[in-house]
Amino acid sequence: MELAQMQKSLQDYTKSLFLEGVLDSQFLQLQQLQDESNPDFVSQVVTLFFQDSDRILNDLSLSLDQQVVDFKKVDPHVHQLKGSSSSIGAQRVKNACVVFRSFCEQQNVEACHRCLQQVKQEYYLVKNRLETLFKLEQQIVASGGMIPAMELGF
Amino acid sequence: MAVGEVMRMEIPSGGDMSVTSPELHVLAVDDSIVDRKVIERLLRISACKVTTVESGARALQYLGLDGDKGASGLKDLKVNLIVTDYSMPGLTGYDLLKKIKESSVFREIPVVIMSSENILPRIEQCLREGAEDFLLKPVKLADVKRIKELIMRNEAEDCKTLSHSNKRKLAEYIDDAPSPSPSPSSSTHDDSSAKDFPSSKQMKSADEKFSSLL
Repeated sequence: MELAQMQKSLQDYTKSLFLEGVLDSQFLQLQQLQDESNPDFVSQVVTLFFQDSDRILNDLSLSLDQQVVDFKKVDPHVHQLKGSSSSIGAQRVKNACVVFRSFCEQQNVEACHRCLQQVKQEYYLVKNRLETLFKLEQQIVASGGMIPAMELGF
Repeated sequence: MAVGEVMRMEIPSGGDMSVTSPELHVLAVDDSIVDRKVIERLLRISACKVTTVESGARALQYLGLDGDKGASGLKDLKVNLIVTDYSMPGLTGYDLLKKIKESSVFREIPVVIMSSENILPRIEQCLREGAEDFLLKPVKLADVKRIKELIMRNEAEDCKTLSHSNKRKLAEYIDDAPSPSPSPSSSTHDDSSAKDFPSSKQMKSADEKFSSLL
């Protein structure tokens, strides 16, 4: 594939993630922090997010599987995940966490189980999308091209 | 350097204020590894030196306020700004803010609180306790730029006032005769050997011990 074509694909792909609400403007903020001196900043942050989230989701599953659910343990985990997803612009994960927290407050175990599934779904979605995005970027760089700056006019 | 003089800009004796500003050293406190990475980059890209720690306790340790060495232990350390998350396990950002404002050495350091929750009573509480500003997460580059400008402006004003008051203090010191510090012990100090330093209870008892050995 031609370099220009790859760059166009990347732009279109990224745009679609914003239009679908998978990513929000905070992701653009992170991209602005990336430059020649820190060319991998975004992927580094996102990798930390993946590692952190895997851990949190695991802890959440364990906490919710207990005979007696300790919401004092559950809520801080969800709060953490809400924070980190917000920090990287993973909008749908963040929104799912907001809903999750309201059910934690109500101490509704059933609803919390459903929320966890929803959060996991959104998380795997954004993980998948971002991994694809980074692959596209790598292909461009490998072909000697530059990552096109995101246009904000949409 | 006197105790309490934590932040200083180098001002040439000519009083010329148009020097290139030194880098701010910022201590960033956040229990989230993702947020630590982001705030570190935001600050670095804004030309600040950054140290990140993951808890209020670690922040106090770094500053030397955890009671271990005492605040005087870390002479090279010059923190110009503390940016801390509010919701952290253990010491919250608010607790940390209070401890810093209670410290005679560090209370002058501006503290900025970050939080993902826009809770007005919380914001008011922090500002009342002496926080410089409150940032809503996710923190953006514009927020960091604004804070930096605020801090640099305050520092420049402090230095202007300080260089005037330092000159005045210096003049006073030269004029005054050195006065002896009063001895904290109540008993009369009739030690015949001349002592140029103020006697303290500790030193006196050490002397007494020594003289009893003779």
